[in-house]
Amino acid sequence: MAENNILNIVLPVILVLFAPILGGFIMGIDRKLTARMQSRMGPPLIQPFYDVIKLWGKQPFISSSIQPILAFGYFAFSLTSFALLAFGQDLLLIIFTVAIADLCLIVASLNSKSPYSVLGGKRELISMMSYEPILLLMAISIYYVTGSFMVQRILSLNYPLLTYLPLVFLALIPVLIIDLKKSPYDVSASAHAHQELVRGVFTEFSGYTLALVELGHWTKIVLMLSLVTLFWATPIIIGIFLALILFFVVLVIDNVYPRLNWKSMLKTTWSVGVLLIIANIVGLISRVVMRI
Amino acid sequence: MKIMTKARLKSPWVLHYDCGSCNGCDIEILAALTPKFDAERFGIVNIGDPKQADVMLLTGPSNKRNQRVLKNLYDQMPEPKVVIAIGECACSGAIFHNCPNTNGGVDKVIPIDVYVPGCAARPEQIVDGVVLALQKLAEKSEKEVG
Ligand code: SF4
Repeated sequence: MAENNILNIVLPVILVLFAPILGGFIMGIDRKLTARMQSRMGPPLIQPFYDVIKLWGKQPFISSSIQPILAFGYFAFSLTSFALLAFGQDLLLIIFTVAIADLCLIVASLNSKSPYSVLGGKRELISMMSYEPILLLMAISIYYVTGSFMVQRILSLNYPLLTYLPLVFLALIPVLIIDLKKSPYDVSASAHAHQELVRGVFTEFSGYTLALVELGHWTKIVLMLSLVTLFWATPIIIGIFLALILFFVVLVIDNVYPRLNWKSMLKTTWSVGVLLIIANIVGLISRVVMRI
Repeated sequence: MKIMTKARLKSPWVLHYDCGSCNGCDIEILAALTPKFDAERFGIVNIGDPKQADVMLLTGPSNKRNQRVLKNLYDQMPEPKVVIAIGECACSGAIFHNCPNTNGGVDKVIPIDVYVPGCAARPEQIVDGVVLALQKLAEKSEKEVG
């Protein structure tokens, strides 16, 4: 029993420490796959690490005194929310912590005179507004099935959540697209080479603050993908497989679709996303009612 | 530190600024970034933001109108940085060398590290120029870290 307890603590700690590194590799895979889809060679798998190390060594240009703190806050809160997930804590708390992380980024970008940065910050706020309801409804529907908001409870289920919540799973696709900053919903900033608003929310960051923001972004992506894994938590390997499939789907969508404007992003997530989840919950309720 | 120099060489983010060229050289730069030559396999990303760029690609002779912008962009790029002048115009002014409105070469405004001649410079030459610039970047990086 004691050994089991130690494992329960050591494993999450290792996971938390390696989350940013794992995220870097995921970004590397992303760039490689995207390049292959465009029939290019693509950069090496560890390219994101080169980028971050290089950024760390550049001359710092700080545009406001609070910017480094907020950039660090983005990273720290992303990591905190992943730690909460790894230790099996409350799903709602995780969602709120990641919202604070995003808020740090938004405040940092609004806190500058550059119009690109300010506009990017506003758009980031809108994208947050469009996926946050889906995440909250996801937590609520998980609560409806399992009777608890704790991740620990989900990890000890003996049936996969996906069989009860397939539509909620589908509703996570736009959330992933927005979070990975991929087309068609990369309105606030775009990942690589396709520029809009210069660099959107990231315009004012440079040097080590940009490196911190990148690390935060990687961690956040790992967090989002691990939320997907929860849909098939026992055995977890199938969940990881599911997350990778969803990640691949997002990349295909990114390479097929052009960028849409923020209005269509808001419309899709609030109509299709929310409707999918409500349909799922109504279906579950009616199944219970039919049985009675 | 070896690793920092290596990382710098592996991820040169470029900023492309047209200071009054005929667009011939700009098209060649964009050609060098297309899938055929695939600059991203060397980690080269065309970034629009001077604060995040390492390599500056300049085309055109620069004139009295845009020299202020050029100087500004140069100052906004954090060290270590390298600047490449692409095309005959950017190197010496070429056919515009004694026009009253142009400066006759970007090196009249900011220091240049690598000159890539040609009207227009071919994509192969541009890639060659970037490779030369990376050697300069490595030298600067070694000097900086001691
Ligand atoms: S060097 Fe030739 S092609 Fe290039 S900008 Fe000058 S005139 Fe145009």
